[in-house]
Amino acid sequence: MFDDMSPDDLEYVGKKAGRPDMLEKLTGEATFVSDMSLPGMLHVQLKKSPYARARIKGVDVSKAAAMPGVRAVVTGDELDYHIGLYIVDKYILAKGEVRHYGEAVAAVAAETIEQARAAVEAIEVDYEPLAPVLHHMDALKPDAPLVHPDLGTYSYIEAVFTPKPGTNIANHTKLRKGDVEKGFAESTYVVEREYSCPSVQHVPMETHVAIVQWGRGDKVSIWTSAQSPFTVRNLFCHAFGLPHINVRVQIPYVGGGFGGKAGIGVEPLCAVLSRKAGGKPVKFQASREEEFSLLPCRSALTYRIKTGVSAEGKILAQHMTMYWDSGAYADYAVNVTRASGYSASGPYEIPNAWIDAYTIYTNKPYGTAYRGFGHVEFHWAVERHMELVATAIGMDPLAFRLKNALRPGSVTLTGEKIVEHTGDVVKCIEEAARRVGYGQLTEAEKAREKQTGWKIGKGVAALQKAPAMPSYTATAVVLKMNEDGSVLVNLALTDYGQGTYASIRQIVAERLGFPIEKIKVAFENDTDRDPYDWQTVASKGLLLSGNAAILAAEDLLKNAYAVAAEVLHANPRDLAHDGTRVFVRHRADQGVSFASMAVGFALPNGSGVGGPLIGVGRYIAQGLSNLNKETGEGNPALDWTFGAHGMVVEVNEETGEYRVLKIASIYDVGRAINPDIVRGQAIGGMMQGLGTAICEGYIYDQQGRLLNPSFTDNKIPTAKDLPLEVECAVVETPQVDGPYGARGVGEHSMISVAAALGNAIQKATGAEITHMPMRFEDVWRAIRDKEPIDNWITKSPIGSCRSVPEARPRS
Amino acid sequence: MRIKLTVNGLIYERDCIEHKTLLRFLREDLGLMGTKEGCGMGECGACTVIMNGRAVNSCMVLAVEADGASIRTIEGEAEGPSLSDIQRAFERNHAVQCGFCTAGMVMSVKELLAEHPKPSADQVKEAIEGNFCRCTGYTQIVEAVLDLTGSPEKKGELEHV
Ligand code: FES
Ligand code: FES
Repeated sequence: MFDDMSPDDLEYVGKKAGRPDMLEKLTGEATFVSDMSLPGMLHVQLKKSPYARARIKGVDVSKAAAMPGVRAVVTGDELDYHIGLYIVDKYILAKGEVRHYGEAVAAVAAETIEQARAAVEAIEVDYEPLAPVLHHMDALKPDAPLVHPDLGTYSYIEAVFTPKPGTNIANHTKLRKGDVEKGFAESTYVVEREYSCPSVQHVPMETHVAIVQWGRGDKVSIWTSAQSPFTVRNLFCHAFGLPHINVRVQIPYVGGGFGGKAGIGVEPLCAVLSRKAGGKPVKFQASREEEFSLLPCRSALTYRIKTGVSAEGKILAQHMTMYWDSGAYADYAVNVTRASGYSASGPYEIPNAWIDAYTIYTNKPYGTAYRGFGHVEFHWAVERHMELVATAIGMDPLAFRLKNALRPGSVTLTGEKIVEHTGDVVKCIEEAARRVGYGQLTEAEKAREKQTGWKIGKGVAALQKAPAMPSYTATAVVLKMNEDGSVLVNLALTDYGQGTYASIRQIVAERLGFPIEKIKVAFENDTDRDPYDWQTVASKGLLLSGNAAILAAEDLLKNAYAVAAEVLHANPRDLAHDGTRVFVRHRADQGVSFASMAVGFALPNGSGVGGPLIGVGRYIAQGLSNLNKETGEGNPALDWTFGAHGMVVEVNEETGEYRVLKIASIYDVGRAINPDIVRGQAIGGMMQGLGTAICEGYIYDQQGRLLNPSFTDNKIPTAKDLPLEVECAVVETPQVDGPYGARGVGEHSMISVAAALGNAIQKATGAEITHMPMRFEDVWRAIRDKEPIDNWITKSPIGSCRSVPEARPRS
Repeated sequence: MRIKLTVNGLIYERDCIEHKTLLRFLREDLGLMGTKEGCGMGECGACTVIMNGRAVNSCMVLAVEADGASIRTIEGEAEGPSLSDIQRAFERNHAVQCGFCTAGMVMSVKELLAEHPKPSADQVKEAIEGNFCRCTGYTQIVEAVLDLTGSPEKKGELEHV
């Protein structure tokens, strides 16, 4: 909508504008669930499993229940609710069997947190430890223990997913395009490699937290640090069999999410405790350790790619197999598998493709959505692979990328045709390369190499992502005019830091033609007050809610014009408006103010016209379809956002140490509604990507105990990890169905950062790294071995390591 | 134990159990919820406050250790109804996303500027190294400080290709 408007005709869109949440956040006044307490509120502590897999023979809570201040104790045995987003496979508390280290077995609600902690200490659990299955490739072996022996009895979304009962495969996504065998037969070169990355944590600075009150008449109030109020409500009602009108979910300010708070989390647990405690409000906040081991993480991936290339460097065929480690529960991991399956080649045209993507259960903390939804992980593989294939066939990696990049006329893996307005990945790649001076070193860089003795290398990596969401994803925005003619915007898409509300505010001001100061977007969401939104995920928020905001603004104006026409005795077609009033176009002095119409206009004789002015906008994704389960054909992509990073790195070949000198990131965002917010997302995501590239990752011992559930042992980047130079730029190929041409970019900045780093390190040293993170010691080893090596942490103890060939299922 | 301390210029006197951290004391006993807990282990800096002129992780200080001390928290940062210079610079430069690290960040910057009114970019990074921010990638925070101190270092902008 309005994608073809020139920047000159826009007042707010594309221009600088502040964020509406600054004052509250900068003064400490913004209230997060962490900060909330209710009268009589109880505090929760959990008894957690020290085993990765064990049979629960008995839980003795008698001592705990009798301790001072204890108001409720629950165990898995007394609960019979299954929870799940796509495959309903999880209990609120472990029942019969624990499936990962750190899983909750029993919970206590007490008047103080100390009392709850003491009571948890007094709970005795009798376990029979069982041999866990820890590595996802081991989990595929015929004799592997089953993490979910009852998989065949679980309900799941059948149109989209394919679990394999009797195995550890929670989902198998297939895609078949063209004739791969023929493609390989015609290829001059065939290169096959395998890549992997471990599980990582989202690390929102505010850990998961909820307060739940199970009131009389089964009316439940939930305050939660979550991304998607309506999804929390929906899944909660399904789990407990409650009518939706009984449950109210409120979300105040949220201290980061990154996908980890996309679905339902600790709310059901608080709910059962509240119910048992006679309706007292119950609060649970995860400790940082629990955030790592109890709450979900990002799945590990092993990705095997075999590519056939013509003598000229054109990819003719590609065989791709993804093994996703979902951990103990399927949660979002099955959908990560699906979304990654149809995007698996990155932004390149593959005429003949064969993809199998498996989600595999293991006895580890479970995987969920994480910024990029699989694309960070598999682009690591794809973009390292492009580099290694190019190197193997003696072609420059940049030229190889450009030769195979999607262009207008290209056909994606699912059969979608790329057109002019889809976006321009070629331009992104070229610009990223230009900005780092790809292909050669400047005189200054050569001098620096001489002086430091460190080798400088430059790499490029491209990326793509479309929103991963149901084909009929919908949202709504409601505008309400206040008595003074200002406008309140309600929507249930949440803003937990991304800045979407600032952009929505600009869009509403633009379409209404009102001064932006008159527009307020209401923070603190509420399912009882806000119109529906599916979820705040997938980089779809600005596109769908932005469109709904435009339509809501138009509806509000239409309603105001109708009242004004009556008051002014004019035809609505002859009316126009400015920021304060509606007037007759050919007699501008005849007008009526918005303020006087806002809640109903009073004629001089006192009788009323109109009523409170409200605008409603609804928007649903258009033209998408489910994918054929056998071939993967269909239309899954609302919009593709393309991008590329260029990276300059210097490496000490003696020690493996390296430093990122520069990163330049380019995205085709359609239109940057708020340039500073786009830049904030670009740099924030880039640093998150860099964190997973340089140091982050879960490490387990042989028994499946998580060894690094803390910031001491699982570092995230600090300000000192910033590259010396950071550049961000946008290409703007308007998205025809995007608000003012915009498309999403929230997740994209994290994708392919690791690959760009790996590529730059390879250029500098020749090291062929195929596993991330790339710590100095990994680089050191890769330089010495000159071949892809397993990650040393993962050899022993167990973490994420390379696949065992015999475990691969036949395709 | 009975403790007496000054927080944002006001004197508070309270009974306090020995093992309570200053962070919990501020939040639970004084109702000053602006200071956040990100780890409770002295690793993330979300709980940073200024104690006797030094930025400290308040989750690593016992409230009883703060007996007699002078503390500044985010609630005392704005000058009356208007934001402080640091806060305004953060606002101008989009140095806040989710806002959970912000209180601690502002406190660390306050300590830095008290010592180095004209810090270099490296000094700013050094000063906030102990403050994790998962959202912003730090750049706009560093720029906010440099913008405030009138540093000649060029501020980045989103560029259009
Ligand atoms: S909460 Fe004090 S350092 Fe993290
Ligand atoms: S703004 Fe979210 S952690 Fe810093």
